[in-house]
Amino acid sequence: MAKVRGAVVVENEVCKGCNLCVVACPQDVLSLNKEVNSKGYHYSYMMNPEACTGCTNCAMVCPDNCITVYRVKQANVA
Amino acid sequence: MGDLRLMKGNEVIAEAAIRCGCDGYFGYPITPQSEVMETLMLRRPWEETGMVVLQAESEVASINMMFGGASSGKKVMTSSSSPGISLMTEGISYMAGAELPGVIVNVQRGGPGLGTIQPSQADYFQATKGGGHGDYRLIVLAPNSVQEMNDFVDLGFELSFKYRNPALILTDGVIGQMMEKVELSEFKPRLTDKQIEEKYGEWIASGKKPDRERHIKTSLEMVSEVQEKNNERFQAKYRAMEKDEVRFEAIQCDDAEYVIVAYGVSSRISQKAVVLLREQGIKAGLLRPITLFPFPTQKINQLTDKAKGFLSVEMSSGQMIEDVKLAVNGKTKVEHFGRMGGVIATPGEVVDAVKQKLIGG
Amino acid sequence: MDELQLADIIKPENKVYGKSKIMTDTPMHYCYGCSHGVVHKLIAEVIEEMNIQEDTIGIAPVGCSVMMYYYLDIDWLQAPHGRAPAVATGYKRTNPKKYVFTYQGDGDLAAIGTAETMHAVNRGENIVMIFINNAIYGMTGGQMAPTTMIGQSTSTSPHGRDVEVNGYPLKITELIAQLPGSAYVTRQSVHTPATVRKCKKAIRKAFENSAKNIGTSFIEVVSTCNSGWKLDPVESNKWMEENMFPFYPLGDIKDSVHDDVEKYSVQKNKK
Repeated sequence: MAKVRGAVVVENEVCKGCNLCVVACPQDVLSLNKEVNSKGYHYSYMMNPEACTGCTNCAMVCPDNCITVYRVKQANVA
Repeated sequence: MGDLRLMKGNEVIAEAAIRCGCDGYFGYPITPQSEVMETLMLRRPWEETGMVVLQAESEVASINMMFGGASSGKKVMTSSSSPGISLMTEGISYMAGAELPGVIVNVQRGGPGLGTIQPSQADYFQATKGGGHGDYRLIVLAPNSVQEMNDFVDLGFELSFKYRNPALILTDGVIGQMMEKVELSEFKPRLTDKQIEEKYGEWIASGKKPDRERHIKTSLEMVSEVQEKNNERFQAKYRAMEKDEVRFEAIQCDDAEYVIVAYGVSSRISQKAVVLLREQGIKAGLLRPITLFPFPTQKINQLTDKAKGFLSVEMSSGQMIEDVKLAVNGKTKVEHFGRMGGVIATPGEVVDAVKQKLIGG
Repeated sequence: MDELQLADIIKPENKVYGKSKIMTDTPMHYCYGCSHGVVHKLIAEVIEEMNIQEDTIGIAPVGCSVMMYYYLDIDWLQAPHGRAPAVATGYKRTNPKKYVFTYQGDGDLAAIGTAETMHAVNRGENIVMIFINNAIYGMTGGQMAPTTMIGQSTSTSPHGRDVEVNGYPLKITELIAQLPGSAYVTRQSVHTPATVRKCKKAIRKAFENSAKNIGTSFIEVVSTCNSGWKLDPVESNKWMEENMFPFYPLGDIKDSVHDDVEKYSVQKNKK
């Protein structure tokens, strides 16, 4: 059985830490960082990268266009 | 030679628009200028030249439709009368701020408020000092014949594109409504989109091309220092207009001891007054500003060498007189004569005013 | 099982979603979580996908999105407050082959620009109108809008909108749908991934309509203004669902072309 793996890249300096992507993520991948960017925002990051399926939901709701989503289908190696 | 016709001033504005290759007219009915749009609608220029004619829901909409068309480099115009022009001043200010060309015709009626539908010249301040908010000026042309109603539409477009600034034809209910012989201009074809791109491609919003930055037609600039620079650029244009675009007609001014300054319908009345005064041995002359902005300041100042007095004749309480006074600069007497509320002065009244206010006073 | 490393996933060939090429690199000035950013990106994606960058003209309003021209790489006009539909009319009439859209907030479109809005649609201008309804004036600091809900507090209705004083929230989109000139009228939102996807489809349809010359396409996006509402972005979405959606229900309101104009015409030469 193939498994879908994803990853997101957040442009830290553009992210305003609105938290909408965190809420939109069905896999609880994302969280707001304890660190802040140069503007003082707690930017979003993958706290749980293994769970990401690359569904793009986070990027859909992102008002600042700062999330890029990647996805691969991983063949089952078992 | 163009076609010779007997036409109303307002009708000629419409005909001149079609003939000079205007791309769009947007207007709203108001007395005494409704014949402009009526003539256009009867003529159906969209079938002949492709010119768009649209009756808007208000003067506010008309001027903003002009903003839209002008942003693409099209020759667009509107016409109205005083109360309607007041509604347009917002859009005119935005056009001046966004540096957009276009021709606006004001067939003046008496005010303030709804005032009267009779002719007037009480919008001089509004026309020449900007009118709306902010530091801007319009190129203001003042026709005094049906012939000039024809000529100034094309001239207005030429100047407004040259300076990328709206031009205003400031006329009045008399010139708009009167019929006179006119030689209509030859037909000039409308520019094609390709020609417009070639001529104005560097500033028009015609769709973002791969080889250039996007074009934004806006009057907004949030950085004060940049907006100050923008204002300096506008002011430089106005100074250039003052240097190069002053137009006037001087009638018997060379030896004039008493100079009447008048534009539009008042200049016609004053011209007759000059004849009457000369018959009485009084050396009178008429200086008729054709451009109200830029104003013929220098010419008037030169006339102070000989002139003992100036009379500003306007159908208002005295507005242009302020510019005449600035031009005369205290060297000699400047008086005003005018009728208000739609009353048209007679040559006899002007003669009396010269005698009483300049000679006798 | 071999575990994929992140570096193996984050490769250009695996990219499934990213910023549209029509979006510029200028960071948006909007508050965190503002709906404007989402709608901007959807318009950008539609323009990119339809390959109409060179033929699209945006009309920016007055309000928070006045500087929208910083963010989409197309040619722009910036209209006086409320006049975007008139500006769009003038542009479209003299350039009928272009795609022209207005982007306006509730104050711009439904208060000061009501006349221009109604008449542009009533003429059936072949333009796209995108209407951001967040029930408040954002740019000026959270004053009451025509669409502010009954009881909603704003800086000019600090004790809540009182019908006795301020009248009712204006459902201008329903009014628009009544006009024969409107072809497609819909109300969308962008607060969840699913609604974002749906809203994009609506925007795409509206742009496609404008090439068909079938009248005005009008999209209301019920939106949040968390700064104006004094809530965080997530709470704002909840507030919008609970308070705005019952009054401003999502969905298509009209999807048809002009009514039969003949039935309204005066009878010519009737014997």
